[in-house]
Amino acid sequence: MTRKAVALISGGLDSLLAAKVVQDQGVHVEGINFFTGFCVEGHTHAIRKKDKDKPKRNNALWVAEQLGIKLHIVDIVEEYKDVVINPKHGYGANLNPCLDCKIFMVQQAHQWIRDKGFDFIITGEVIGQRPMSQRKETLPVVARESGADDLLLRPLCAKNLPPTLPEREGWVDRDRLHDFSGRSRKPQMALARQYGFEDYAQPAGGCCFLTDENYSIKLQDLWTHRGEKRYELDDIMLLKVGRHLRPDGQPWKLIIAREEGETRFLSGYKGQFQSLRTLSHGGPLALIDGPTLNDEQIREAAAIVARYGQGKTAPEVELEYSPPAGEARRVRVPPKAPHDIPQSWYLV
Amino acid sequence: MEPLRIDARRLLCPMPVIRLQDALEPLPVGSVVEITATDPGVQNDIPAWCRINGQRLDGIEQRGNEYIITVTKLCDD
Repeated sequence: MTRKAVALISGGLDSLLAAKVVQDQGVHVEGINFFTGFCVEGHTHAIRKKDKDKPKRNNALWVAEQLGIKLHIVDIVEEYKDVVINPKHGYGANLNPCLDCKIFMVQQAHQWIRDKGFDFIITGEVIGQRPMSQRKETLPVVARESGADDLLLRPLCAKNLPPTLPEREGWVDRDRLHDFSGRSRKPQMALARQYGFEDYAQPAGGCCFLTDENYSIKLQDLWTHRGEKRYELDDIMLLKVGRHLRPDGQPWKLIIAREEGETRFLSGYKGQFQSLRTLSHGGPLALIDGPTLNDEQIREAAAIVARYGQGKTAPEVELEYSPPAGEARRVRVPPKAPHDIPQSWYLV
Repeated sequence: MEPLRIDARRLLCPMPVIRLQDALEPLPVGSVVEITATDPGVQNDIPAWCRINGQRLDGIEQRGNEYIITVTKLCDD
């Protein structure tokens, strides 16, 4: 009887290898990939024009195609909010709830195998690979708290762990699993060579925006100014785009496009946000996130936006202020000088 | 039979792929879905998804900034 396993596929090398190791033992493997909204995958490439030349492949799909397996992409944006907002095990260096995230994903996969009649779960975890979620102390926590227990097989470090059900039952041969540990990537790279995998993704900061310091600063700022920890998908998408500036003490911030691709992307939000667009010169589109601005605030915001357009040295620049609904109006302002925009206003 | 039309405009990948996948799932084999998206990434991602999951890509048409992609369901999950 062919046993069936689902592999958590992030798009990185470890999950590719973990799935391959088990697939090589005659197990039927399918992939599952979770979309949280914070995935680095694809988004910024799709938005920014300067990245247009880079291939826009989705790495999870690429991995599945290399393995010749089906890939199920699951939208967990709503359910994932509780993981980000209330992580039981806390955050890492930034707003990354890595341990809670792993527990949550394995829990979802566990439910999935029960629904689909699969036998066990595969992850690419390696002891000591990541400082928060992949430590000797935390791997059992993931297995226990997800409810997957010994249905969770980590083929890349299985020999360093107690035998799981698939090993004890002989569904997989433990001797053909691995004993990788630590932060070195060399064993994985050697195994990739052995399998003939090339051109795999090696994201420097992982695959999640929450591990990024600048992104976390912007998310924390959003929560602080909303007075509560909550977000919608649009919020977290917009945190990936543009230059974010919050003038000192203001309840509003500007999201200023840095190039044409971002202008096009932000223009899709004009029906939801107040916006500013430069008319007299070439210049970026800016969204205003916050309460409706009064005349003085509109002039202040316009002067900041004008500084990022081609009229930045002109004595006066004309912009159009548009509320999300209602009539647009024109405003003429002298652009702010660079020294009038303190570094502390930039949310980077 | 009229295709099921899905509006995935303004959504960034992989959301259009997820919309397509979830729309096809309950449909009988032979059903056709037409998805409209604006993220150029769909030109790569949807064909890849079809190859991986055994569904048929019937065509990709670009109209301005929009991509209209037609897919026929060949097999169940």
